[in-house]
Amino acid sequence: MSPAAGFAGRARRHPSFVAGAVLSALLVLAALLSLVWAPYPPAEIDIPNKLAAPSAAHWLGTDSLGRDIASQLLVGAQNSIVVGVIAVGIGLALGVLLGCLAAARRGWVEEAVMRASDFTFAFPALLSAIMLGAIYGPGLLTGILAIGIFNIPVFARITRGAANAVWAREYVLASRAAGFGPWRITLDHVLPNIASVLIVQATISFATAILAEAALSYLGLGTQPPQPSWGRMLNEAQTMLFQAPLLAVYPGVAIALSVLGLNLMGDGLRDLLDPRLARRR
Amino acid sequence: MSVFLFKRLFTFLATLAVASLLVFSVLELLPGNVAQVMLGETATPEALAALEKKLGLDQPAPARYGHWVGGLLRGHTANSFSYDTPTAELITERLRVTVPLAALAMGLTTVLALLLGIYAASRHNQVGDVGVMALSQVGIAIPSFWFAILLILLFAVKLQWVSAGGFPGWTEDEGGGAWAGLKSLLLPAIALALVQAAILARVTRSAVLEVMREDFVRTARAKGLTRRQTLWRHVLRNAMIPVLTIMGLQFANLITGTIVVENVFVLPGIGRLVFQAIANRDLVVVRDVVMLLVAVVVVVNFVVDVLYALVDPRLKASDA
Repeated sequence: MSPAAGFAGRARRHPSFVAGAVLSALLVLAALLSLVWAPYPPAEIDIPNKLAAPSAAHWLGTDSLGRDIASQLLVGAQNSIVVGVIAVGIGLALGVLLGCLAAARRGWVEEAVMRASDFTFAFPALLSAIMLGAIYGPGLLTGILAIGIFNIPVFARITRGAANAVWAREYVLASRAAGFGPWRITLDHVLPNIASVLIVQATISFATAILAEAALSYLGLGTQPPQPSWGRMLNEAQTMLFQAPLLAVYPGVAIALSVLGLNLMGDGLRDLLDPRLARRR
Repeated sequence: MSVFLFKRLFTFLATLAVASLLVFSVLELLPGNVAQVMLGETATPEALAALEKKLGLDQPAPARYGHWVGGLLRGHTANSFSYDTPTAELITERLRVTVPLAALAMGLTTVLALLLGIYAASRHNQVGDVGVMALSQVGIAIPSFWFAILLILLFAVKLQWVSAGGFPGWTEDEGGGAWAGLKSLLLPAIALALVQAAILARVTRSAVLEVMREDFVRTARAKGLTRRQTLWRHVLRNAMIPVLTIMGLQFANLITGTIVVENVFVLPGIGRLVFQAIANRDLVVVRDVVMLLVAVVVVVNFVVDVLYALVDPRLKASDA
């Protein structure tokens, strides 16, 4: 049996991975579907139908401006995916580069990268978003940048730790003895061997990015109208708690299920890619 | 030990210095003129010139930075643009809400997480363990601000036990009192504690299980200690090392969570202050609040580093 087939077989028998993969697939499908179809244009205002109860015409009802909730949720999924992909992409690209550099060079380079990582941890995404928002104005880009910057040290630390372990292996010593340079060794041996750790972290960071984007949009620092976002839907719903309490439930469920799915998938991947760890848990 | 402390102290001070430079640069040097950002594009040249003078923009940047940091250290801060009050006064007043809220949330988090984590570890792979782990997985996925809204929905809208937000003040002169103040912070603290406790309970469980596999635990059991005695005397002390580290890291999340939850419950704390400042383009307040929050995160990380070394002597030895 090929390694891929073996992995697929084990993955199918891992309940939390399967549950996580199904929820994550639903998130991606919702975002993809909204690119070509939604029951109504999400920003379409329909005052005569405001605060309508769920019905065949409006599956989840309408908000205080008569906008269709189901359509807003579908299109809101796009936001979550875009923020997750770009913010994790920034973290992966720069964090992995810095982590590999630290592991390959060691000495003062490693010390500098680690101290810079420590420093960046002092700026949680929300504080960076507050600073950037105060200067450049709130917006999706501000949110993505703030979350992405916070992801860089996360990936740098994980990459450096995992890469150091690979650099200590005999086959790397053999490569060095054969005259290969640090970057060739990083490309040929280090990156393929730490890929599983990075995939797991990317999944978990994706979930964190969705949570952070929702919080920033709730506070008005993320996605701006008329682009729908789950966080801002919650903000608007809070003003209608007494008249239409369900409006505050749907977007929260969407956020929680997306994050739960990604976290379950990350945990499952960790077990599947590192069976020794799974036995210890 | 002293070498270890010195190295950590140096890193701590250097981090604070670089953080202050960054906050200053981002909010004062970019992009162009800070007075223009505060007053907007429609500001008259006279108003612009007056604000520039008030903010000391006629001085060179290094002098302004020195003046700002010196003022922060002595507690003499610049006046807020919108309140015309020193930011230190504004911040101190708002901390009367934020600090008790963060402390209450941290206390709830610690108690809840340790109880659940130890309970799950002591029933490893049994129903209780699986239940706690499933609950914590759900807890991690729930945004604290949504949970806060759900709490308002249940306790303020449906049951009408508490008000949907606001803070009555700590004294009767303000219209509140100690109990009324505490009561209004309870739901926000629970909302903040849920997510943090879910993460910490998982860490506690893993740490306790890890230590339970150690040889010294088997020795303790072999010499006649009961399971409970072994847990309290040997396992917990050693399991606290990773738990303490995660608690330190969580503090940053707690700070940012407090900012969000204060806005959900309309609490007059630091979180509300900074968002009102952004709305008013009051960059002086934004700068000082961000610096304070960054400093708190850095100080807590430093304290955790030192505590970590006190609990785990191997760290001191390897570092010295």
